[in-house]
Parts: sequence; structure tokens; C-alpha cells
Amino acid sequence: MSIEVRIPTILRPYTKDEKSVEADGSTLSALITDLDAKYSGLGERLLENGALRRFINIYINDEDVRFLGGLEAPLKDGDSVTILPAVAGGSN
Amino acid sequence: MALTISRAIVDAILEQSRAEYPDECCGVILGPVGADTPVRHKPMINAAHSPTFYEFEPKDLLALYREVDDKDEEIVVIYHSHTETEAYPSRTDIAYAGEPGAHYVLVSTREEIAPATEFRSYRIIDGVVTEEEVSITE
Repeated sequence: MSIEVRIPTILRPYTKDEKSVEADGSTLSALITDLDAKYSGLGERLLENGALRRFINIYINDEDVRFLGGLEAPLKDGDSVTILPAVAGGSN
Repeated sequence: MALTISRAIVDAILEQSRAEYPDECCGVILGPVGADTPVRHKPMINAAHSPTFYEFEPKDLLALYREVDDKDEEIVVIYHSHTETEAYPSRTDIAYAGEPGAHYVLVSTREEIAPATEFRSYRIIDGVVTEEEVSITE
């Protein structure tokens, strides 16, 4: 099983500047565990206290994982995962 | 470090800020990869519709990154407006800043300085804010 994971600029120091890496997992949670095993520290940038970080958006193919079951979102061979930093802020 | 930007884009952003008042407005300016030159202004919808918060809709965000990749562009500037406060990055702005290569532009169209406006640019890297000069070309 192989899933392509697209890595945003801010997290590329963890992947030796690779824009795209391969990982395995039947759920998003398992995929993140595998990513962290291959690229130490990456998991912590995606998760906080076991939940997806607010500042990060993750998509499976074209869908926001928040609508696919979050960390339990299922993955299959050939899926593409995209990680992007949220663009947000404000005066308060 | 400096940001060089055209008067036409600066004016368009200030106009957007006034039009969306009291909500914060937001958007990006795109340019060719590696050139660090903001060329293509793309206003974005503030999904938060708030005077104190802005956020790109996650679907819009993905579409934006796909578009930028397809056109061999990059996000040169990420901007938003502060409608009641100074054009300086807030704690929230700093916490969210996730594009180390982008210029973070803040504009302020707050009433107390009207008709003057503020248009300021920053680098925000690992939580550290560095203001940079803005050079406007006519």
C-alpha cells in the first residue's frame, strides 16, 4: 500500500526538502504514525494531544479530512494526501 | 528585505478593505516561482466573516495551492486587513503564519487615522516578526 503525501514548505525541513513523500496506513491516524516513524518530529507538527492541529489542513484527494472522519478517515492504495498550513489570523 | 509592489495592487487591497468593512478582508498576490515579485492579485473570501478574524475556506485554500502549482507560481504575499487596529501582526497572526517564504502584508483602514491608511509588510518565521520596507511602484 502506498499513499502519496504532499508536504508544505514549512514542514519540508522534516522531509529533507522533499515536496512529496510516500507513506502507508489504512487510516489517517495510521498514516501519520508511519510518517512520524520515517520523518521524526513530523507527527507532532500535525497532532496536538492526539487531535489534528487547528493550524493545519489535511485533505484526502480533494476532500477536507474534517468531513471524512478526521483521524479515522479511511485510506486506500493510490490515495493522495495533501497537507497545507491554514491561512488565517486576525486582530483578535 | 523589502517588498516591491505596484500602486494598482495596493489601491485594490485598500479598496477591498473598505468594501468589506467591518469584516477583515484577505487575499494573496501570486508571482512566478523564485522571482519574489507580486504580480497577480487574488482576493479571497474571509470564511470567518468577522471583524476580528479571517480564514481562507479550506476548499478555497486547496484550490489556490493547486492553481499556483499548475501555473508555476508561488504565493508571494498573504494579506489581510485590520479594521480597528494597527497594521501589525497580532498574536493570532503570528501563531497561524505558515508560509516562511511569504511576505505577510497587513493593512489598516481604521477610522482614527482616516483618510490615511497603513500598508505594512512583515516576514513571520518561527514566531519571529520582522518588518520590512515597502516600495510602491507607480
